[in-house]
Amino acid sequence: MGILEINNVNKRFGGLQALGDVNLSVEEGTVHAIIGPNGAGKSTLLNCLIGKLLPDTGTVTFEGRSILGLKPHQINQLGISRVFQTPEIFSTLSVFENVMIACFAKRDGSFQLNPLTSIRGERDIHDKVEQMLLDVNMADKRNAIAASMSRGDKRRLEMAMCLVQDPKLLLLDEPTAGMARADTNNTIELLKEIEEKRGITMVIIEHDMHVVFSLANKITVLAQGTPIVEDVPSKIKGNLKVQEAYLGGAHE
Amino acid sequence: MFGLDKADTRTFLFVIAITLLAPFILNPFPTDSALAQFNGGYPDLMQRFMIFGIFAVGFNILFGLTGYLSFGHAAFLGVGSYAAVWMFKLLSFNIIPAIALSILVTGLFSLAIGYICLRRSGIYFSILTLAFAQMSFAMAYSVLSNPSFNLTNGETGLQVYASDPQYLKGSGPDITHLFGLEMNATKTLEVGAWAFQFNTGFYVCAFFMIVAFYIAMRIFRSPFGLMLRAIKTNQTRLNYTGLNSRPYTLAAFVISGMYAGLAGGLLAAMDPLAGAERMQWTASGEVVLMTILGGAGTLIGPLLGAGFIKYFENIFSKINDNVLHTWFSLMPESIENFLVTIIHPFVGKGWHLTLGLMFMLIVIFLPGGLVDGGTRIWNKITGRNRTSPDVVASPKPAE
Amino acid sequence: MDAFLLQVLNGLDKGSAYALIALGLTLIFGTLGVVNFAHGALFMIGAFCAVTLQRILNISTVTLDPTKTNFLGNPLQVRTPLVETWFGEAAGQALINWSVPLAILFAIPIMLLIGYVMERGLIRHFYKRPHADQILVTFGLAIVLQEIVKAFYGANPIPTPAPDIFTGSFDFGVLIGFAENVIIYPYWRLVYFAFSALIIGMVFAFLQFTTFGMVVRAGMADRETVGLLGINIDRRFTLMFGVAAAVAGLAGVMYTPINPPNYHWGMDFLVLSFVVVVVGGMGSLPGAVLAGFLLGILESFASTTWATTTIPGINQIIIYLVAIVILLARPRGLMGRKGVMEE
Repeated sequence: MGILEINNVNKRFGGLQALGDVNLSVEEGTVHAIIGPNGAGKSTLLNCLIGKLLPDTGTVTFEGRSILGLKPHQINQLGISRVFQTPEIFSTLSVFENVMIACFAKRDGSFQLNPLTSIRGERDIHDKVEQMLLDVNMADKRNAIAASMSRGDKRRLEMAMCLVQDPKLLLLDEPTAGMARADTNNTIELLKEIEEKRGITMVIIEHDMHVVFSLANKITVLAQGTPIVEDVPSKIKGNLKVQEAYLGGAHE
Repeated sequence: MFGLDKADTRTFLFVIAITLLAPFILNPFPTDSALAQFNGGYPDLMQRFMIFGIFAVGFNILFGLTGYLSFGHAAFLGVGSYAAVWMFKLLSFNIIPAIALSILVTGLFSLAIGYICLRRSGIYFSILTLAFAQMSFAMAYSVLSNPSFNLTNGETGLQVYASDPQYLKGSGPDITHLFGLEMNATKTLEVGAWAFQFNTGFYVCAFFMIVAFYIAMRIFRSPFGLMLRAIKTNQTRLNYTGLNSRPYTLAAFVISGMYAGLAGGLLAAMDPLAGAERMQWTASGEVVLMTILGGAGTLIGPLLGAGFIKYFENIFSKINDNVLHTWFSLMPESIENFLVTIIHPFVGKGWHLTLGLMFMLIVIFLPGGLVDGGTRIWNKITGRNRTSPDVVASPKPAE
Repeated sequence: MDAFLLQVLNGLDKGSAYALIALGLTLIFGTLGVVNFAHGALFMIGAFCAVTLQRILNISTVTLDPTKTNFLGNPLQVRTPLVETWFGEAAGQALINWSVPLAILFAIPIMLLIGYVMERGLIRHFYKRPHADQILVTFGLAIVLQEIVKAFYGANPIPTPAPDIFTGSFDFGVLIGFAENVIIYPYWRLVYFAFSALIIGMVFAFLQFTTFGMVVRAGMADRETVGLLGINIDRRFTLMFGVAAAVAGLAGVMYTPINPPNYHWGMDFLVLSFVVVVVGGMGSLPGAVLAGFLLGILESFASTTWATTTIPGINQIIIYLVAIVILLARPRGLMGRKGVMEE
């Protein structure tokens, strides 16, 4: 029984079968990549996991609990954090404040009316944020306004915001999309480090094979809304079905 | 001090000092001099500074922090006034129960309106609040004023009549008072050619303003305030970080509504009368202008904006053609007449035209408001690079 | 049944005005992505175009007629409008009498010009600014325009009659088999409704059948892509703003005989028109028109004696109540597309 179980998920948009009978089990502690050609249903699947879309049929359970129909903040509170294709951060706030918000959300839940307590008094939170910034090598940028940073740093900050919440599952939506090679490699290093040090379960949706093969220890290939192969990376490379899916049936 | 850091404590003490000394500061010109018309140190105006300061500071908690632009806050001002006058009618002229009820009623009222309006954001929200305010205006003006159920007394406005019960009045005063301290009591201190006025009502308003400002400061520096600023920046991220933005915005809406209620209650406490015109969209627009003029999202900006607008409203409305002619009387007559003709549409009854123009100019050229503009000028002069004092940098690491 | 029909008819004229203003608001919002709080002021300016033309046509020479005296025994002042001197008495009087319909011709260039100046001079600089800034600056502009009109024309409503030919009422009931004088409808309101329908038809036809309209519709659906096609969308948007201004202006011109215009018309109609847009669905032109008429008719039903005695003042708040219900039940509005301004 995996930490995240996807059973018989179907989703139609009008006449288009976006997802057909998706069954997927993510084991705790693994880095599970979901790949597939454009239009294979990767984004739709992700959106079903984070509460943005509701599948027509099927179940999605996290630690044995159904998460269908939950709002994004409720899903996060269960321990699922999400990294976006383009980094979503609080761009007008400082790096420190960005991470601090995530920290408060973890400690105090989705809403707390505490208008008269002072941020300055929150020693624990400060220590935690400091430590997190050290961990991701951003301590020197603590007072920088998030919008002013490079794309790589924004990604790093977004990661820090997720990690500070000690998530049980990290969802990454094409984390290196649109990045320069150097930034991509940095991100891979960062993710590797996270995996080694923290052992967080990750689901990565990715285009870039380089990223996938450097990180994942399990890969599911989606084609036309259905998983066609699920295996360890070394066996995926030579798989005929996968090549077929990517080349669009050029063998016929 | 007060649970604030050094810079904030300084700001707070500064505001207290300015407020308490307002009767001196606002009266720089001798009473008989030609410039006396520029004095702002008389009770009625000073009370307005404080009351509208509260209104704007509260509005800023919603607009400045969360970025939700409400065009209906005047409705809360009006509701606060009506509630207060009803307390005068039913109990006595003591202002404490009146103000308490004002805050309570507006709190509930803004909870109801906020619950509906906050289902949408952006311009939808602005339009909805505007519609609600206009609806409240229509209700106060006519719907809730009919022989069988007269809550607002329609066009005449709600006021206290001799026939009202006033159950707790006993032998208490016939004008609004704080446990016997009458609101319109004024002591005048004459120093040479100057006359400084110290008015009970003003100091009551000042007290409430200082408390209100203090609470606003605490909100700005609280985790709650941080979440509100996060809402303004990126709601998607906020939701995926595990925070539910709806209750935060609703709480901010209700808090700012209660500030408006307090302001409305104080207006009635200074002059026990409540009329529907207090709820019109022009009044809502005015508080928006005060906030952006001073600087939305800054602590002190709304106070500045409120003072600025109320001062100039007062001065501008007093200026008529005669005054203008005396100003320019030294110039040749043709130039004098020309200048008077040019300025005429903007003063006296033309104050609203000036207000509208100011609105546009501020939004176009100084979107950060006076505080931001001041900081920029200060940076130019000193060559330093300071951000606005209220754009909160992240706190220093805990030692 | 007859009472029902009567109220429907009564709602049509106000509904037409709402529909026309809401149409312009939606066009501007859809194409330019700008929320124009000064749009009501354009309606008001249109109305004052009619007032102005009426005044211009009434510019008179004053002569003393020694043969007649007034009640004080002084020679009577005779005012002869210049147009009567120039074109002869009959033609001149006809001109004055027809000043409101004539004002259409007068208002079109003025409104186009105002729209052009507004877009080029102000709105254009706000495309990239946040919606809040757009709202604030157009709100300021609305105040300025309203105060200028007030400075020139005063605060009182100015009666601006329709041509004599349209005074009186049309007995609509007889046409469809009711007794006489059961369903009567003032001629001018009929004219107003027909005129509005014509304008609405023209705007839709323009958008449907011209290349220009096609680009505008594409722009409403997806602004960025159209911009990428290299189409000079800017100039088209300017023209679109002018058209929206003219539509609002004409709605104002023709409304003057129904209600004497005053300077705060702009805001009165604006708030309601915004509600109309929200009810119809932001960004939906048919929605705006439909909601305009629906709410106009609803308001007229709420104004009946029966309704106002049951719930006093219901006529003044009915539109808001409906808007709240619609927004709670169907946040997108009647015909709103998904995703328009939802965040």
